[in-house]
Amino acid sequence: MTALIQLRGIHKHYGDYHALRGIDLEIRQGEFFSLLGPSGCGKTTLLRTIAGFETPSSGTLMIDGKDMAAVPANHRPTNMVFQSYAIFPHLTVAENVGFGLRREPMSKDQKTKAVAEALAMVGLSGYGTRAAHALSGGQRQRVALARALILKPKVLLLDEPLSALDKKMREQMQVELIRLQRTVGITFILVTHDQEEALVMSDRIAVMFEGEIGQMADPETLYRRPNSRRVAEFIGKMNILPGQVGMEGNRIVVDVAGLGRGAVETDQAPGGVVPGNTSVGIRPETLGVLFPGETTDRRVAEGVVDEVVYYGDMTYYDVRVPGVQQPLTISMKNIIGRPVLEVGAPTRVVWDERSLVVLSR
Amino acid sequence: MGIFATSPKARAAALVAPPLIYSLLLLAFPLVAIVVISFWTQSGLNLDRTFTTANYREIFSGPIYIWGNANRWGVLPLSIFVSATVTLITVALAYPIAYFVSFVVAPERKSLWLFLITIPFWTSYLIRVFLWKVILGYNGVVNTGLIELGIIQEPLNVLLYNLNSVIITLAHAYAVFAILPIYVALEKIDRSLLEASQDLGENRFTTFLRVTLPLSVPGIVGAVLIVFIPTIGDYVTPELMLGSGGRLMSNVIQTQFLQLNNWPLGAALSIITMLAVGIVSLLFILLNRRWLRGRA
Amino acid sequence: MRRAWGLRTYAIIYLVFLYAPILLLPLFAFNDAAIIAFPLTGFSTRWFEQLWTTQALHQALRNSLFIASITAILATLLGTCAARAGTMPSFPGKRGALGFVMLPLVLPEIVIAVALLIVVRQVLDLNLSNWTVIAAHTVICIPFSIAILNGAFQNLDPSFEEAAMDLGETRWGAFRLVTLPLVLPGIISSLLICFIISLDDFVIAQFLTGSNPTMPVYIYGLTRFVDALPLIMALGTILVTISITLLIIAEYFRRRGVARAGFKDTGGFL
Ligand SMILES: Nc1ncnc2c1ncn2[C@@H]1O[C@H](COP(=O)(O)OP(=O)(O)OP(=O)(O)O)[C@@H](O)[C@H]1O
Ligand SMILES: [Mg+2]
Repeated sequence: MTALIQLRGIHKHYGDYHALRGIDLEIRQGEFFSLLGPSGCGKTTLLRTIAGFETPSSGTLMIDGKDMAAVPANHRPTNMVFQSYAIFPHLTVAENVGFGLRREPMSKDQKTKAVAEALAMVGLSGYGTRAAHALSGGQRQRVALARALILKPKVLLLDEPLSALDKKMREQMQVELIRLQRTVGITFILVTHDQEEALVMSDRIAVMFEGEIGQMADPETLYRRPNSRRVAEFIGKMNILPGQVGMEGNRIVVDVAGLGRGAVETDQAPGGVVPGNTSVGIRPETLGVLFPGETTDRRVAEGVVDEVVYYGDMTYYDVRVPGVQQPLTISMKNIIGRPVLEVGAPTRVVWDERSLVVLSR
Repeated sequence: MGIFATSPKARAAALVAPPLIYSLLLLAFPLVAIVVISFWTQSGLNLDRTFTTANYREIFSGPIYIWGNANRWGVLPLSIFVSATVTLITVALAYPIAYFVSFVVAPERKSLWLFLITIPFWTSYLIRVFLWKVILGYNGVVNTGLIELGIIQEPLNVLLYNLNSVIITLAHAYAVFAILPIYVALEKIDRSLLEASQDLGENRFTTFLRVTLPLSVPGIVGAVLIVFIPTIGDYVTPELMLGSGGRLMSNVIQTQFLQLNNWPLGAALSIITMLAVGIVSLLFILLNRRWLRGRA
Repeated sequence: MRRAWGLRTYAIIYLVFLYAPILLLPLFAFNDAAIIAFPLTGFSTRWFEQLWTTQALHQALRNSLFIASITAILATLLGTCAARAGTMPSFPGKRGALGFVMLPLVLPEIVIAVALLIVVRQVLDLNLSNWTVIAAHTVICIPFSIAILNGAFQNLDPSFEEAAMDLGETRWGAFRLVTLPLVLPGIISSLLICFIISLDDFVIAQFLTGSNPTMPVYIYGLTRFVDALPLIMALGTILVTISITLLIIAEYFRRRGVARAGFKDTGGFL
């Protein structure tokens, strides 16, 4: 299947500032795709380029097989949910939602019906006559969604649509957005700087740094196999330790200072192998501490508990292991009958070659 | 279409163009013309277009315009003195009102107060000036009122045809110009700063002196400039209030243009006036720059 | 709310000072006596009747209304361009250009009048007419128009127009359907305020008016005749009533604009 959206070598300069530095991207029909990255990395710029509000300095953008270079925003098969929602304050909810139908060849009744359906889809049936400026944040967001979806675009672009909502509302809307996307089957491109949001919602995620895509993958790969230090540091918690990497025959061998040597699979070095000094990443949940009386056949390292952070369902331990540069962060599920270790307690850290990720870049 | 479709900057430039071109043609170009003509001379009914500094020499050599003599000031210093006095009084009277509206009036009533304050400003200036003449005149409202009340027997002469009446009239005319900038500056002050100051042991009054007043300086400077500059150019009030005796810079310019028909001299006088206004304003801004830094 | 009686009293006295001239106006306008002084002699509308029959006055009024209408439209058009550009991406020189357009706010009015007089008479060698007054009034009104409209445009979310275009409107359609309705109250205020400024201006009109004087020039001429004073009072009463009515309308539209767009009212023109 060919991609619905294709970006090739997209660059964008604002005067001296190089905001997009060669973006190559393919997004498939029906995909929930996220652009994730720190503030100022160019996510909004990229989204607005797709929508047609920014003209790329170079590169091509194809939607559904058509070059978009000469197509202005109002003729692109994309619609956008703005970060501020941009609900027209002088119109009612229904007029807002039906705004895009003005130029559609439909009868008045058809339009009224379409608006009612769109409102029902976002759970706002009966709100049509309300003044737009009297809505709550969550309601505005729904109006913005209905307004953008009523034109049945090929692509829906969402610029941090949830960032203005409180945590509870945000989590509820995440679920609703996923459901909505499944029902309408439209390709969604979501911009967010919230990695959790991206992981929860997306089929695929592109992580951006300073105008470039650092890694593009499904959430699980992105989390388990980050291809570089900056991706690893941006997504979730990760212990990053200095180490050595090299090839022995066709096996990749890693030596982590203080923990020891081990052979890893090629998929554990998604960024490739550059023999010599390297960084090695280990997720906190792939490590463990041995509680008194427990045994294991995995590898262990002796250490001392340095810090304990209790989260209710989990406890995070920082454990100091001689020879390891910084304390290892380890997360353990709290289960019945298992005590929480105290600061200063000696313990053993359980680890395993399979939990290592080689981060050469 | 091309560039306007892709570049918002080009669109912005295209929008700026009409007002800018209009201002260039009807403001910049005339200002250049006034400079040029000030270096010509009037000979009879015609203009002598040879470059000369004669007009400026005339202004600076005689006692009338700049230097004055033992009995009377030069017109320019007198004008600046009058404008400065008017400005001082206007701004001093306006500050408490701005403070009142910003700090005392309940938020939902603020725009009503501002509206009340602005209304008189939008009513015919000429007629307002004229009414002050009626109020302050020999048989005016104040005098007849005071006689009725038995406070005075004879009408007071000090009210009209002297600088007091000019100052009262101008202070009235420019009240709004003084109030609004100060009000805006006061509104910008973060109210928690005042609480912080009181928390640190200052009382209401010292808080005002040490926090509110310094933070409102940009507004005061704005008010001073916006009152001072136009008052110099006002010749209606001096003309009606001083009678034929007192003449300020703007009257002199008006006379040169509309009665004596010596435009080059009038132009030179206008330029001297503008320069004087500019220099006084700049000095004032410089004196206050410590308070203006990083705000403005 | 704090009590602050001192300030409150001061504010009342100040308001009396501000309103004293306007309040006296109708007293003398409806007074029977030809001399403007207390005590009042009796109610009369004869000054108004006399105004009604003064042809020169009617001509001056027509001139002033014509000049004020054209000025208001021109200045508001140009002011709208500038205010809108003010909210758009900057290009080199934009600040300078917009600053220059605002310059008349800090130039003595007489200088503008004199400078234009020189250009019209000496450089272009044209005759003075209503159009020379309009040209000059537009120069001084543009800054006021911009100041009023800046508020209207800056309150707008820049995404509004983009959202409209995203939903299929052209650039012009987006402006017409979204921006224009939202700034319309500002445009109406601007029209009214420019109209009032032009109607009221004396200095520029005196320099640039043609053979037919404007209203303020005509009034100024009257002030030299003592027996015309009650007439001026009557005329003033009418003008003040018109101004206040227009102002209330302008304020109404401004507030409606604020309310319609759901913004917090920050109060006042300028
Ligand atoms: N019109 C513009 N002119 C100049 N620079 C711009 C413009 N728009 C964006 N930039 C710059 O481009 C960079 C990327 O901006 P962008 O808005 O795409 O970031 P973002 O990833 O969306 O960040 P955020 O998470 O803060 O929204 C920023 O450094 C920004 O300052
Ligand atoms: Mg952004």
